[in-house]
Amino acid sequence: MDLQIIFDSLNLILLTEERDFSQIHFDSAYMSDLLSCVMTGAKPHSLWITLIANINIVAVASLLEIPAIIITENAQPNQETIERANMEGIVLLSTSASNYNVSGHLWELGIKDQ
Amino acid sequence: MSNQGLLSDSSAARITRVEELAYELTIGEVMTRDPLTLKINMSMRDALDLMGKYKISGAPVARDGKLIGILSMEDLIRSLRDGRIDRKITEYMSGAVITVREHDQLVEALKLFVKSKVGRLPVVDENDNLVGILTKGDISNGLLNALQRDYEAEELIRYRASHLFEDIVSDRTSLILRYTIKKDDFLHGGAASNRIKKALLRLGASSQIARKCGIAVYEAEMNLIIHTNNGGFLRVEVEENKIIMEAYDDGPGIPDIDKAMTPGWSTASSEVRNKGFGAGMGLVNINNCVDEMVIKSSKERGTNLFMTMYLDKASKQK
Repeated sequence: MDLQIIFDSLNLILLTEERDFSQIHFDSAYMSDLLSCVMTGAKPHSLWITLIANINIVAVASLLEIPAIIITENAQPNQETIERANMEGIVLLSTSASNYNVSGHLWELGIKDQ
Repeated sequence: MSNQGLLSDSSAARITRVEELAYELTIGEVMTRDPLTLKINMSMRDALDLMGKYKISGAPVARDGKLIGILSMEDLIRSLRDGRIDRKITEYMSGAVITVREHDQLVEALKLFVKSKVGRLPVVDENDNLVGILTKGDISNGLLNALQRDYEAEELIRYRASHLFEDIVSDRTSLILRYTIKKDDFLHGGAASNRIKKALLRLGASSQIARKCGIAVYEAEMNLIIHTNNGGFLRVEVEENKIIMEAYDDGPGIPDIDKAMTPGWSTASSEVRNKGFGAGMGLVNINNCVDEMVIKSSKERGTNLFMTMYLDKASKQK
């Protein structure tokens, strides 16, 4: 599933700089707000759904080779976090929907691997 | 965290690199040298034959090495439509040609392509002699080749680094990396672990080993940031067959290590928990990632965490 389809179906807002979303693919996703759980639970190249919007999510995503993070419930990362994400090439996406809601949508789109 | 090496983690960094390359490369480096050139006495039919034979959609017209015009497929179509395919190319070519110079930066040509919608740009030297032709295809190829050279340079660094232990002979060779971690420095949290992971990859560790070490050392790094009095140090010693990662701090010490090892048990403040930490899984994660983990802790001397990863699983001691 490419990120363009996910982006369009979930009406996400792009926070980081423009990228070719059709070139970013996901077979698996992981949802948690606890960084330590993400560290052990998320597969490399997964899509990560979280409510956390601080700079540490970029460090974790970079370490785990997670290409994109959906930040839920309108949580807003600060400018520093966005710049760091741009530097690391990590896509930050925003939505007003909840973790539960986003995960449900992704499941319906056919992303069922964790 | 910063991209200090040639290797970039992501395609985004690649895009930035392409932008950089547009400034680093000159037009001369990517153009097609000595292109097919049409002579002024040729007919449109001659041009059609030549362009068909070489499968090109346009060519410069030159006299005595000097550029005097350019003939494109559109010009050929116009002459065919007019039924005047036997006329001279000078009647149909464009005379007012936009040119670029060999020693100019590639970005100058990119700007012209965007602005002028031409398909090709003749390249001239200081004396206006035609030296080459530049198409968008030449630019793509030039950029791809330059990226390939970058990649090969990184491969070379990796190759050299990964042969360190073969090239340098001693009874016991090791490489030591040291990082100072500041208390409460959430802004740089993960920077040291990312560098350690990259270093291990360069030294030839598998991506799985580098990832596991990265996770273990990240948890240790965040512990230094969150739980210590004054921050601490990370020390990574890489040997041919094992990686020893150590975290040191000078307090306050862990009062009950068994409790600290219990999944879900945490002393993190609510402020820290709001940042996504304090799951009570840090030491548990470390223990799951590395082959050996030892904690020594006291109120007086602080906490020392030793993590060992064996690269040759036959020598695993556990």
